[in-house]
Amino acid sequence: MIHIRGLTRHFRVKGETVEAVRGIDLDVEEGELVAFLGPNGAGKSTTLRMLTTLLRPTSGTATVAGCDVLADPAEVRRRIGHIGQGNGAGHTQRVRDELVSQGRCYGLSRAQSRVRADGLLASLDLEPLAKRTVSTLSGGQRRRLDIAIGLVHRPRLLFLDEPSAGLDPQNRANLWEHILRLRKEHGTTIFLTTHYLEEADTMTERVMVIDHGTLIADGTAQQLKANLAGDLVTVTLGEEAEARQAAEVADRMTASHETGVEGTTIRLRVARGDEVLPEFLRALEAAGIKALTADLRRPTLDDVFLALTGRSLRESDSVE
Amino acid sequence: MSMKVVGDTGIVLARELRPALRDPFSLAFSLIQPLVFLGLFGPLLSDMPGLEGVGDGTPWQWFVPGILVMLGLSSTSMSGYNLLIEAQTGSHERMLVTPLSRSAMLIGRALKEIAPLLVQALLIIALVMPFGFRFYPLGALVGMFLLATLGVGLGALSYALAIVSKDREWLFYGATQTLLFPLLILSGMLLPLDMGPAWMRAVGQVNPLTYVVEGERALFAGDFGGSAVLYGAMAAFAMAVVGLVVGTRTMRRAAA
Ligand SMILES: Nc1ncnc2c1ncn2[C@@H]1O[C@H](COP(=O)(O)OP(=O)(O)OP(=O)(O)O)[C@@H](O)[C@H]1O
Ligand SMILES: [Mg+2]
Repeated sequence: MIHIRGLTRHFRVKGETVEAVRGIDLDVEEGELVAFLGPNGAGKSTTLRMLTTLLRPTSGTATVAGCDVLADPAEVRRRIGHIGQGNGAGHTQRVRDELVSQGRCYGLSRAQSRVRADGLLASLDLEPLAKRTVSTLSGGQRRRLDIAIGLVHRPRLLFLDEPSAGLDPQNRANLWEHILRLRKEHGTTIFLTTHYLEEADTMTERVMVIDHGTLIADGTAQQLKANLAGDLVTVTLGEEAEARQAAEVADRMTASHETGVEGTTIRLRVARGDEVLPEFLRALEAAGIKALTADLRRPTLDDVFLALTGRSLRESDSVE
Repeated sequence: MSMKVVGDTGIVLARELRPALRDPFSLAFSLIQPLVFLGLFGPLLSDMPGLEGVGDGTPWQWFVPGILVMLGLSSTSMSGYNLLIEAQTGSHERMLVTPLSRSAMLIGRALKEIAPLLVQALLIIALVMPFGFRFYPLGALVGMFLLATLGVGLGALSYALAIVSKDREWLFYGATQTLLFPLLILSGMLLPLDMGPAWMRAVGQVNPLTYVVEGERALFAGDFGGSAVLYGAMAAFAMAVVGLVVGTRTMRRAAA
C-alpha cells in the first residue's frame, strides 16, 4: 500500500537547512494498522505531508495506494484520506455542512453525503453539535469533527496525524472503536502518528519509531520491547550475601540477561520475564536461598525509546 | 474547461457561500457599502464640472459601471484574506488533499466574492433609475459576466498572493493596498483620466482595468457596437487566464 525509498525532505529556514526527514525506507501492506511514534519535531508530519501530496520530497520516492506521489498526485488524492494535525474544519462553517461538503469534494452525491454525514455525527457523538458553527466548538469537539470529516469518503488508505491529541479518555476510546471498526468492515489501511505511548503500544500492530528524521525501529510493540528493552525482574533477599549468591545462580541460567545487584536486591533484564521469573525462583530455592519478594515489570515503549536514543520520550516531549 | 472543473467550482462556491447564506444578516450588511457610495458620491456628482460631457444622460450612466468595477475589485482582491486564515488553521490543507480541481478552488473562491456583487448591482441600479439612469438588461447582464471574469483573475492572483504570504500577513496587506489604489485611479474608474496629465493617460493606456472599465461603460449604456466592449472582454479574459495560470502554479510550487 505504501512503499517509500530514501524519502528525504529539507527546509530552508533563514539560510539554514533543516533536515526534517532523512532518507526513510518503509513498506506498509494493505490492511495494516501502523503508528509513527516520535518526539516533537521528529519528522512525523513532514513524512505524512509528503505521502499525501502536500509537500514534495527533496529526494527519494514514494508510492502510495499504487500511485507515485510525484508522477500522479491527483490520483493519490483520489485514493487516500488525510486527517492533518491542524483543524480541518473551516471556522465559519457549520458542523454538518462541513461534513456534507467533504463528501461532495470526493464526488459523492448530495444525498449520499448527507447519509454519511449523519452516520458520522451519530457515531462520533457530534449530533447535538450538528448546527453549531465550528468556531464555537471546544478543542476536543473540533478534533472529533476533523476526524469525522476525514472519514466521510471511506478511503482505503487513511493517514491520521495525531488524531487523539486533545481528546479525553472516553472520546479517545470512542475514536479507537471507530478506527478499528473501519478497519474490520472496510479493510482500511491505517497510518497514524501519535505521542501517546500507551496508544501506540496497545492499539496498533506495528510501531515505527522516528527520531531526528530517521526511522530507528520498526516492529510490533512486543518485538520492540523484547528486543530493545526487555522485562525487568526484581527479587529481594534477606541478606546482601544471599543477593550475591543469587547473582551466581542467575548467571548459570540459560536465558540471556543482564544482572545487577544492589544491596539485598537483584535485578535481571531478560526478554521473557514471565518465563524467567518462575525458573529463577525455583533455582534459588534449589540453591537454598529464600526470596522475600519478586516483581516483574514489563517494558513500555518509552523504555524502548530510551534504549535507542538515551532520551525518554516523555521528557523530550516538553523540551523541544 | 472540463466538466470536472465546472462541477468542482460549484462545490467550492456552495461551500464558500454557505456561511453567508446561513446568516442573512451578513447579506443585508453587504448592501450598506453601495448605499454609502451612492449617498456620498451622489451629491458631489450632480454638479461636478467636467462630468456633464461624459456619456449622454446623467453622470450616473458613466459613474455606476465604475462603482461596480470598484466593488468587484475590492472584494475579489481580498479573497485571499480568508485563505490566509484557513491556511493557519489547517482547513486549506484539508481542501488541498481532496481531489478537487485546483482551478476550481481558485474560481469558486473568486465567484463567492462576485455573487454578492450581483445583488449590490441590482440595488444600485434600482436606486439610480429615478435619477435618469437608463437600464439595458442585456448589456448589464453581459457586463456582470465580464466583471465576474475579471474577478476570477483578480481572485486567483489574490489567492496566489495569500499562499506566498503565508506566515507573513503584512506582505498580503502591503501588496494588496499598494497595488489596488494606483490600479483603481489609473483606470479612470471614478474620475476620468482625460483631465489628467499626459503620463497618467499613458499609464492608463496600459492598465488592463482601463479597458474593462470602458467596456463596462459601453455595456451599461447598451452599446454593443463599438470596440470598447471587445477590448474590455479581451482584457477581462486575459486577466482571468493570467490569474488562473499564476494561481495554479503557485499552489503547485507551495508544495515544493
Ligand atoms: N514548513 C516548514 N518550514 C520549515 N521547517 C519546517 C517546516 N515544517 C516542518 N519543519 C521542521 O521540520 C522538522 C520536523 O517537523 P514535523 O512537523 O515533521 O515534526 P513532527 O514529528 O510532526 O512533530 P510534532 O510531534 O510536534 O507534530 C521540525 O524541526 C520542524 O521545525
Ligand atoms: Mg506533527
